[in-house]
Amino acid sequence: MSELQQSNDFLSDVDDRTEQYLTFLLGEEEYGVEILRVQEIKGWESVTHIPNTPDYLCGVLNLRGTIVPIVDLRLRFEMPAREYTPTTVVVVLNVGEGVQRTVGIVVDGVSDAHNILPEEIKPSPDFGTTISTDFISGLVSIGSDMMMILNIDRLLRVEALG
Amino acid sequence: MSIDISQFHDVFFEESFEGLDAMESGLLNLAEGAADVEAINTIFRAAHSIKGGAGTFGFMAVSEFTHVMETLLDEMRNGQREVTSDSTNLLLEAVDVLREMLSAVQQKTDTDEERIAEVNQRLEAMLAGEKAEVADSADESTINAAAVEASPEQKIAGWEIKFHPHKHLFQTGNDPVRMLRELASLGDLTSRVSDDGLPDFADLEPEDSYLSWQLTLKGNVPKEEVVEIFEWVDDDCDLSIEVILQEPTKVEIAVAQLDENIAEPVAEVQQESKSEQVAAPVKAVAKKAATSAPAATSIRVGTDKVDSLINLVGELVITQSMLSQIGDNFVPGMLPQLIDGLAQLERNSREMQEAIMRIRMLPISFAFNRFPRLVHDLSDKSGKKVELKLTGEQTELDKTVMEKIGDPLVHLVRNSLDHGLETPEVRLAAGKDETGTIQLNAYHQGGNIIIEIVDDGAGLNEEKIFSKAVEKGLVEADAELSPEKIHELIFLPGFSTADVVTDISGRGVGMDVVRSNITGLGGSVEIKSKRGEGSTFTIRLPLTLAIMDGQTIRVANENYIIPLISIIETLEVKESDMKYVSAKGELYPLRDEYVPVIRLYDIFNLTPTTTDLEEGLLVIVEGEGQKIGLFIDDLLGQQQVVIKSLETNYRKVIGLSGATILGDGTVALILDVPGLMALYRDPSLAKVITNNEHAA
Amino acid sequence: MANILAVDDSASMRQMVSFTLKAAGHTVTDAADGKQALDIAKTRSFDLVLTDVNMPVMDGLTLTRELRTLPTFKFTPILVLTTEAGMDKKQEGRAAGATGWLVKPFNPDQLLATIKKVLG
Repeated sequence: MSELQQSNDFLSDVDDRTEQYLTFLLGEEEYGVEILRVQEIKGWESVTHIPNTPDYLCGVLNLRGTIVPIVDLRLRFEMPAREYTPTTVVVVLNVGEGVQRTVGIVVDGVSDAHNILPEEIKPSPDFGTTISTDFISGLVSIGSDMMMILNIDRLLRVEALG
Repeated sequence: MSIDISQFHDVFFEESFEGLDAMESGLLNLAEGAADVEAINTIFRAAHSIKGGAGTFGFMAVSEFTHVMETLLDEMRNGQREVTSDSTNLLLEAVDVLREMLSAVQQKTDTDEERIAEVNQRLEAMLAGEKAEVADSADESTINAAAVEASPEQKIAGWEIKFHPHKHLFQTGNDPVRMLRELASLGDLTSRVSDDGLPDFADLEPEDSYLSWQLTLKGNVPKEEVVEIFEWVDDDCDLSIEVILQEPTKVEIAVAQLDENIAEPVAEVQQESKSEQVAAPVKAVAKKAATSAPAATSIRVGTDKVDSLINLVGELVITQSMLSQIGDNFVPGMLPQLIDGLAQLERNSREMQEAIMRIRMLPISFAFNRFPRLVHDLSDKSGKKVELKLTGEQTELDKTVMEKIGDPLVHLVRNSLDHGLETPEVRLAAGKDETGTIQLNAYHQGGNIIIEIVDDGAGLNEEKIFSKAVEKGLVEADAELSPEKIHELIFLPGFSTADVVTDISGRGVGMDVVRSNITGLGGSVEIKSKRGEGSTFTIRLPLTLAIMDGQTIRVANENYIIPLISIIETLEVKESDMKYVSAKGELYPLRDEYVPVIRLYDIFNLTPTTTDLEEGLLVIVEGEGQKIGLFIDDLLGQQQVVIKSLETNYRKVIGLSGATILGDGTVALILDVPGLMALYRDPSLAKVITNNEHAA
Repeated sequence: MANILAVDDSASMRQMVSFTLKAAGHTVTDAADGKQALDIAKTRSFDLVLTDVNMPVMDGLTLTRELRTLPTFKFTPILVLTTEAGMDKKQEGRAAGATGWLVKPFNPDQLLATIKKVLG
């Protein structure tokens, strides 16, 4: 590889097929979402509860004038609840194919951003956990750790929000 | 320069639809026989503008169709043609066709070519009925023109032109120099000026033209181009144009003659054939227009409204600069100024909010104006005589509300005409005027607009309604209902009093749909009726869908907002007043009726702070003509709220009509009274979505 | 560039005409009927007047006659925009004092070409 190509590769962020993922923690597990889908990351603030909805739908909050539903991912994945504190993190995502919606998810904490090539993503086996593999679009090894890539369009589709 | 004229299409459509409405109401008001010149003129002008615009913007089929209408109207306004009910009805039909053609072009859909051709043919037939000779003379000029066109086909070497402007030429705004310059641009021009006409200096009028020219234009220049240069002045000058042919044979053409008898028809014929070429592939034209941008909705706003907004912005800027000055060097002593400034800011923003809301407000005449036509057509069909009276047409309401109230209004007016008003015979027998009256009234009351549909017909027949309701299983045969309660029955789903489904009301839409459409807008509809005297439907609507007056309430540590319009009263209740019916739950006796009590925490599955009725309050609310008592913990404040949709990012939630953002930035949910009733009757409605999800 | 008064009761035509003229660098004032135009004309002068014929309140021919009585408009070119190509209409226009006419429908290029003819 010539020097010129090398510098081009550098400019184009190593390989133009790479996608950036934002990873966050839920208990011991690390999850990733495409960084382009992340609208913002904000601290927890109190939400307005919507009657007759499942407990993982915390409620709605006002995000610069629009009403945005907030989903607690721990409760969604039937993990033990954790109290909300000002350091609890809400990741605001753009979801949906076609009609775009804005939905916030409550996670334990944001950890990192990674560049990942498509071939690094392995199909997810049915690993018998509580999390349905329907919501995992693949697995990626990062060092000795394992990251699960979330299919947020499926996870946060309207019908699934209760 | 290339200018994309499709950018003006939206405006053209908007003004054309307005023009059609004006034509329609003008035609409806045209009295037979007596020709009201100004009224016909208005109709003519609307047709004329549509024709001109359609031609300019490339909608040739529309332009040609309108042309025939315009010609008919022109004859009417000149007194050459009588106004008959036949011609009025045909023109009304043509207005419909034209409206369809325009929307087809606008929405990029196909037109009903057959109907267009059929109506067009009838228009032509009506036109030909008395004006056949016009067509003949047009044919003649075509022949003449063709003959002249054919002759000077030899090679033209140039033109010999004598041009002697009359004295007053300047006063027409024309300038010989301009014409000479133009001639020079066509070929090689040599000119000899003659000052023979110039008077003595003392007699010279500086505003008059005295010079004349002898001009030689060399080059193979088509005659029309030369003629065209003098087109505007040929009456204001002596002009001769002689051709110089390659062989020195001169063909003289006296332009003064040529102009009147030949040149004009040439121009006309050319134009006609041109527009025919364009118009022939009608579909192609329509398709081409269809590629333009999708129709954006727009509002026409009076400049007064914009001006007041600009003034308010000015005030806001002043307030803002005053506040920032205070902020820059704030000392505690300036607190009173700060408070003043904030109060001013609050006033500015409130006024601005009101001014902005006013921009969306349109007079209800936009919704009313279709009724003269509707009533005209329906009374023709039903054989009933009807007079329509409109009042309060300038009453304003929000454009969105206006768009949604149109259909329910049409249904109610149809209903009054079909079921309310009697035939002339029946009316005369009952000692009434044979012409029935339908009134549409609109006025403001509080933050609402009230629309009344009043008829002086037979009134509701309680026995008939009751037996129908029993037959349909909507009420028990032994139920004892007041006349008002019986009237309410017509709003129940599945109710229709018409013995025969008529063309007029029988469109498969019941009064239940009318009511649910109106409640869907946050409004209500009531009926008052008296046998033999008539019925009144009263529609109450919020002025706007964007903002409403809300009452904040608290239940189980949650705050909700109830639309003020649906609250009748708030009561403290005693446990001893309550009635318990096993099938219907808790009932509260409110005057002469029993109102079901809904415990809000119950249907919302919240942990109650109190279950004791005496510790909380009962809010009596009304929705879809039915009252319920909502048991809540407490009433908080009242405020105007801006309505936000929950559906943008989430979904519709039963029992809620939306959400709003409070002053502290938090979200409060707005209760939907009909939804709460539905949820009360069938709690499983709340689970519908959740069940789906589990199944998925 | 010229200072033009454009008069038409149709908003789309008015917009089309002013847009086209402005795009060609002219200054345009518009009016929706003859009366409006006359009121404007009484306060200032123009290099050219373009007017529709059929308009409510005051038609284009009346406007032309009225303008010709104003000293500032005695020699100002006035073009009438007309759908009627018939000779009698043109005669009427001329009799009223119009400089010339432009037959509708016209496109922006035709409009500019005609304007150029008058303004040179």
